[in-house]
Amino acid sequence: MVQLWRRSKAVLHLAVNLPGVVDHLRKIAGRDAVLDRPEDLMLYEYDAGIRKSTPGAVVFPQNTEQVSQIMRLATAENVAVVARGAATGLSGGSIPTKGGLVIAFSRMNRILEVDVENQRAVVQPGVVNLQLSEHVAHLGLYFAPDPSSQKACTIGGNVAENSGGPHTLMHGVTVNHVTGVEVVLPSGEIVHFGGKAAESYGYDMTGFLVGSEGTVGITTAITVKLLRKPEKIATLLGVFESVDDAALTVSAITAAGITPAALEMLDGWTLHTVEAFCHAGYPLDAGAVLLIELEGLREAVEEQAIAVREVCLRQKAREVRRAKDEEERALLWKGRKMAFAALGRVTPSYYTQDGVVPRSQIPAVMRHIGNVAKKYDLIIGNIFHAGDGNLHPLILFDMRNAEQFERVLSASTEILEFCIQCGGSITGEHGVGMEKRDLMSRLFTEEDLDVMIGLRNAFNGAGVLNPQKIFPTPRMCREISGPSQNPVLMQEGL
Amino acid sequence: MAEKPVSNFSSGEKPTWDLYSKCVHCGLCLDQCPTYRALGTEMDSPRGRIYQMVLVDQGRLALSDSFVTHIDRCLGCMNCQTACPSGVPYGSLLERARSQIEENYPRSWLQRQVRSHFYGKVLPSFGSLARNARLVRFYQRSGLQSLARGSGLLKLLGVADLDALSPRMESEFSFADLGRVYPAEGTQRGRVALLIGCIGSVAFAELNRATIRVLTRNGIEVHIPKSQSCCGALHLHAGYLEQSRTMARHNIDAMLKPEFDAIVTNAAGCGSTMKEYAALLEHDAEYAERAQQFVVKVRDISEYLAQVGLVEPARKLKARVTYQDPCHLAHAQGIRSAPRQLLKFIGAEVVESPRADSCCGSAGVYNVTQNEISMKILDEKMEDIASVMPEIVATANVGCMLQLSVGAKRKGLNSRVVHVVELLDEAYY
Repeated sequence: MVQLWRRSKAVLHLAVNLPGVVDHLRKIAGRDAVLDRPEDLMLYEYDAGIRKSTPGAVVFPQNTEQVSQIMRLATAENVAVVARGAATGLSGGSIPTKGGLVIAFSRMNRILEVDVENQRAVVQPGVVNLQLSEHVAHLGLYFAPDPSSQKACTIGGNVAENSGGPHTLMHGVTVNHVTGVEVVLPSGEIVHFGGKAAESYGYDMTGFLVGSEGTVGITTAITVKLLRKPEKIATLLGVFESVDDAALTVSAITAAGITPAALEMLDGWTLHTVEAFCHAGYPLDAGAVLLIELEGLREAVEEQAIAVREVCLRQKAREVRRAKDEEERALLWKGRKMAFAALGRVTPSYYTQDGVVPRSQIPAVMRHIGNVAKKYDLIIGNIFHAGDGNLHPLILFDMRNAEQFERVLSASTEILEFCIQCGGSITGEHGVGMEKRDLMSRLFTEEDLDVMIGLRNAFNGAGVLNPQKIFPTPRMCREISGPSQNPVLMQEGL
Repeated sequence: MAEKPVSNFSSGEKPTWDLYSKCVHCGLCLDQCPTYRALGTEMDSPRGRIYQMVLVDQGRLALSDSFVTHIDRCLGCMNCQTACPSGVPYGSLLERARSQIEENYPRSWLQRQVRSHFYGKVLPSFGSLARNARLVRFYQRSGLQSLARGSGLLKLLGVADLDALSPRMESEFSFADLGRVYPAEGTQRGRVALLIGCIGSVAFAELNRATIRVLTRNGIEVHIPKSQSCCGALHLHAGYLEQSRTMARHNIDAMLKPEFDAIVTNAAGCGSTMKEYAALLEHDAEYAERAQQFVVKVRDISEYLAQVGLVEPARKLKARVTYQDPCHLAHAQGIRSAPRQLLKFIGAEVVESPRADSCCGSAGVYNVTQNEISMKILDEKMEDIASVMPEIVATANVGCMLQLSVGAKRKGLNSRVVHVVELLDEAYY
């Protein structure tokens, strides 16, 4: 059986250069729902990361039936297909590496159903993450996964990348909040996995689909859990003299038997930069801060807040502040959530990594990152989900300096290799995408990867869906053959 | 890396690396952009517009139809600038891109005629503005408008929506007030110069009079400096940088006097532009310093009144009011709480609608030049407003008032659309 899927076939069109295909797309989705002029297509060559590649056409379906027809057409014409939400991703998941067709979901953005009794919502993939929470706020409900890009990123994209966010520490990542999906397969078939029930029977197809990065099917409707807003939330800011002190505090908090809803770290350099944008009152002279959020029943939260303060002070915190109201809390979070992009103030570009280490290894990995920065003469800021050991080293660079960029890539690989050595992994929430596929073979054996690729090929045997993602390049025999287009790095400017 | 690319912008004022490289294309602006929400295309998002500027500057994209279309479609509402964590100076990128378009892109003959007549002849002088406004007033009052509307002619010509958007010309323009001084009532607490505005003077003269009444009632002496001109906002936003500089110099000469505590306007767009004078005249040896002094004194009417504090109104306003932030007040000037404070002070029950600070689609002349998109944006806005069932929709800019009135009509909403100052005026008299 292994042999069967190793022979995946065919040349995929680099561009949708068959006028017939574009005409057909217009018939399916509408005249104003297809882009094929170069000046428009260039706007679909990037995401929030650093790679780019231009598609041959972009189509904006408005319903599942259209997606099904588009998939049938693409498969028949052997055109590569990449789904795209808001392109806020950082791993190149929505980049059309081989040209082909981008299916953009900006016009499939309706909330189809809110089921208050069962605490579920059914949404189209283009719904913006935060919009769902805003939509159900008056019911005392919210959607828990909260990536920093939640003001713009789409739930379809969250499903593809299995996105996380600061509050994954307590609530888990997207897969823990999706109970059902409607999926269009490459054949155009529309299938439904899961539903509103909390647990699915048989194979957990929903779980498999979430995080598959658009390589097994196109999700067209998603059933998600809505959580009840907690009775009480306490947000604390622990201020430390050094990154080391803060890092050691992370495991001390969990060792004390407390699971915060969120436990985030920002290093001193990053604090400085972020403060200029958000004026959250972050201390400018601190070595690092921990942003700690507790939620639950009033009494429990108050008890935990006292305990967390004690742990922090015992671990040499200079001070521990508590947000006195919702406004102050929002400000502290604004600083955290906008932190990545706020770096645009001091650098033309940055490269973000997404490595994961066991919590206890945070002090070691932070020291390692410090050494790597010195070794390669780079500035590396750190803002990350300390509670689940999900690092986000942000390496600053200027794309006009090619030599520097080489150093950035080497530094980044060295950091991820260290994560693997520590018993961690290469991605916590951004996905593998184009970014980290070459590192997959360090995490998995050939046999492991064979099974995964086999699984993908059971759905996507011809390889039309999101080619050149997740799996390493040298395995070309198993990947799609044919001319490969080297994705261009982002050039000057964006 | 690659050899130095050849820019498709001409030399002079253009979007430069220093400005656009601040964008890290994170996409956090997307859902805050009204045109992206309405159209769903990256070309019509802030990130996409900046990227198009980069492409033109790098020689990958021509300064041609496609670029112009998407830059023209930008409302200039600055919602994106509020959302941007990187501090991209989007407003100045946009002004520069538009200035490049004016310089290098041949618009159609008709567009050129209309634009040069409107920006070159009508607006710059109050005299010609008054003459043109009288013509419009004649059309509106003589029965011609009713005739045109009734006959279906406007619909036939496809301009019915535009006709509905044109402001009703007032019987008495504010120009008659030029040079006048209105003394403070009671104890004098301040002295200000009031900008009467170009469109404001012909279509919102009554609002200007209400502004004067509210100020004087609050102990403020109001001067209407005689030689003031249009603030230059419409020119600036259309890419006529030089003309807007001329107007800026004119207003600095007319209104920068030591005896004025503040230079006040009741139009958010004018206030925002006047606060930009320092940046606009940064390289003008003669005016740079005075422009800075001028900017320090510019106040939106709500900002000024909240600062000096209102005197007790004659009666409380018992009404359910939703306040819609004008983009050029909330996003360009960062003024959000002052107008709400004033409304609460006079007794209004202020209810917040979703996305109150999102653009209504008016954006200067946008609702005329990009009518279809503007109406799409407006209809979305009216959904949000209707969801809180207000008796009154209050805003703080004349353009927004016009647009929201049209929106209320389209939505079949009975709410009255007013300027915050008009409500204050009612509370005092």
